Amino acid sequence: MDIIVCVKQVPDTGAERRLRREDGTVDRDAAAAVVNELDEFAIEEGLRLAGKHGGTVTILSMGPERAGETIRKALAMGADRAVHVCDPALHGSDALVSSAVLAAALSRIGFDAVILGSESTDARTGMLAAMLAERLGLPQLSFASLVDTDGERISIRRLADYGYDTVEARLPAVLSVVEKINEPRYPSFKGIMAAKKKPVQTMSLADLGLDPAMTGLAASATEVTGFASRPPRQAGTVVTDEGAGGIGAAEFLAARMFI
Amino acid sequence: MAEILVMAEHDGGAVKKVTTELLTLARGLGEPAVVWAGPGVTAARDRLAEFGAAKVYVAAGSEFDDYVVAPKAELLARLAADRAPAAILVAATQEGREVAARLAVKTGSGVLTDVTGLTPDLTAEQQIFGGAITVRSRVRAGVPIIAVRPNAVAAVPALPAAVPAAVPALPAVPAAVPAVPAAAAAAAAAAVVVADAGLVISEAAKAARVTGRVREQRGERPQLTEAAIVVSGGRGVGSAEGFALIEELADTLHAAVGASRAAVDAGWYPHQFQVGQTGKTVSPQLYVAVGISGAIQHRAGMQTSKTIMVINKDPEAPIFELADYGVVGDLFDVVPQLIGEIRRRTQEAR
Ligand SMILES: Cc1cc2nc3c(=O)[nH]c(=O)nc-3n(C[C@H](O)[C@H](O)[C@H](O)COP(=O)(O)OP(=O)(O)OC[C@H]3O[C@@H](n4cnc5c(N)ncnc54)[C@H](O)[C@@H]3O)c2cc1C
Ligand SMILES: Nc1ncnc2c1ncn2[C@@H]1O[C@H](COP(=O)(O)O)[C@@H](O)[C@H]1O
Repeated sequence: MDIIVCVKQVPDTGAERRLRREDGTVDRDAAAAVVNELDEFAIEEGLRLAGKHGGTVTILSMGPERAGETIRKALAMGADRAVHVCDPALHGSDALVSSAVLAAALSRIGFDAVILGSESTDARTGMLAAMLAERLGLPQLSFASLVDTDGERISIRRLADYGYDTVEARLPAVLSVVEKINEPRYPSFKGIMAAKKKPVQTMSLADLGLDPAMTGLAASATEVTGFASRPPRQAGTVVTDEGAGGIGAAEFLAARMFI
Repeated sequence: MAEILVMAEHDGGAVKKVTTELLTLARGLGEPAVVWAGPGVTAARDRLAEFGAAKVYVAAGSEFDDYVVAPKAELLARLAADRAPAAILVAATQEGREVAARLAVKTGSGVLTDVTGLTPDLTAEQQIFGGAITVRSRVRAGVPIIAVRPNAVAAVPALPAAVPAAVPALPAVPAAVPAVPAAAAAAAAAAVVVADAGLVISEAAKAARVTGRVREQRGERPQLTEAAIVVSGGRGVGSAEGFALIEELADTLHAAVGASRAAVDAGWYPHQFQVGQTGKTVSPQLYVAVGISGAIQHRAGMQTSKTIMVINKDPEAPIFELADYGVVGDLFDVVPQLIGEIRRRTQEAR
């Protein structure tokens, strides 16, 4: 069972994240960069499925050169190889364009299952899995908190607001996972050393047979027309409970018409 | 006036609050036309009319719940082609986003998600990086698809003077599928025109089949992302049993319950209630954080709440930076007293 895991490098939430003044894109140089956290769960699930059914795990990441660090970390966790889609023309691509590029790369590599995180911490669209399923004409098995497959049929628990659905499909399929699904492993020292020698194939848009004019900021179907930092919240009232803390809180709620 | 398609979210006919918010927004953009997937539209008509729906396109089949997302995207794509709307609004819920995503691919249109405001010229406002930056953005290709964050816009009923709209002429409505009788609900909703969208779901949209549905909804509480008030508990709550206290406070306020990741990871509360970067984003009128320290990843999911109340025994907890009202104290003292006082006040008011 050959698996591709889509992994994105994102700015660290803990660091100050900024947009570039010139074009309103995420400033990917400003903040420390990390593996999108949910993608670690996707990698782990890929490794478990490949471990059980045999087959390889390939990491697919689209991003600037710096995303190479993220790819090495994914390889250190145990993935076999990686494809890095890297092209200056990709700068500023929105979700729709990104999904077209990733779909083209996925088709070239070939797979039984694609696994994504259910959301990235910077874009937070949560739309990539659905877009890829639509583009590739494959079953959409997103927001999985449990995966079960015999290598031919696959079923998941799809987490929802009300609880969960069980969903069934035939492979190949596109999956996305939530953090409840597993416990991602830490790269071992051996894993980190081995990762240095694992094959990483860099692909440009030309390699994918895509026209650079169809990607990037200018070709995206959405545009940022302006942005501003939100004014900080006004400082509120903080009181120390000396026996009547709950009463004071109720008074506040009543004054604001919540009760 | 151009139509604005509004994808209704409903639970077997009960219209969700977010749909009334979308209709309120749509009225400022053009003529709101609801897209209704699944049964229950007859019961919903009055409500949709109240918020200004002029038309309702219905695909009443029960199959929409049987397959993941794709059939709804197909329905919208079909209507987008037939009706050439000026924009398509969906709720930025888990499913709403995914419907929008597939629709964007089908129509080659731009999609904006988690939108918190929309001007008449379709410039959208979004809050990114946990609410630290406000972005204005636009769709510049295709029919704008806008996924609007629940609770971001106040739902306002339309003025009563609804003008009867013309019966929309839909091509290719199979004769065998009767349109939902529009004359039946004679009262206030008479002006709403209900038309069958005449959709036959393709085989391709049936690739992921729902074989079971498990509802873990606790009690009759409002849905987390829709609730006007959210009461969340964190590690300070101490145990699964401790969450009974959080639930009790939530119930006295008719609120939804949320939890920090620490509480979810400890197994005290189910994952679908997690608020934060890797959980739900909420934007209620009131957010009450109980025993939560306010890590940046938690704030990412609640920072845009209109009013924030904090109960925490550590005066240094960063969550106090967000508090409109904070109590430094032990939650096991403060919360029971708060519950008692709310009950006393609401009983007195009666
Ligand atoms: C990539 C990533 C993603 C994450 N995503 C999320 C997310 O989506 N949501 C999320 O919430 N977290 C998330 N986290 C975790 C986050 O960093 C924090 O660890 C978590 O929010 C802490 O939860 P807490 O505030 O409940 O616990 P703590 O930080 O342990 O705080 C507990 C608080 O309770 C107070 N307290 C204890 N006892 C009492 C008492 N008796 N009375 C009153 N107060 C009391 C303490 O003073 C303390 O302030 C994420 C972390 C990472 C790295
Ligand atoms: N540039 C990218 N390269 C590889 N995978 C990506 C990229 N962007 C998004 N993804 C995948 O799509 C998921 C959802 O991202 P998003 O739709 O941006 O919230 C992520 O968790 C990744 O698995």
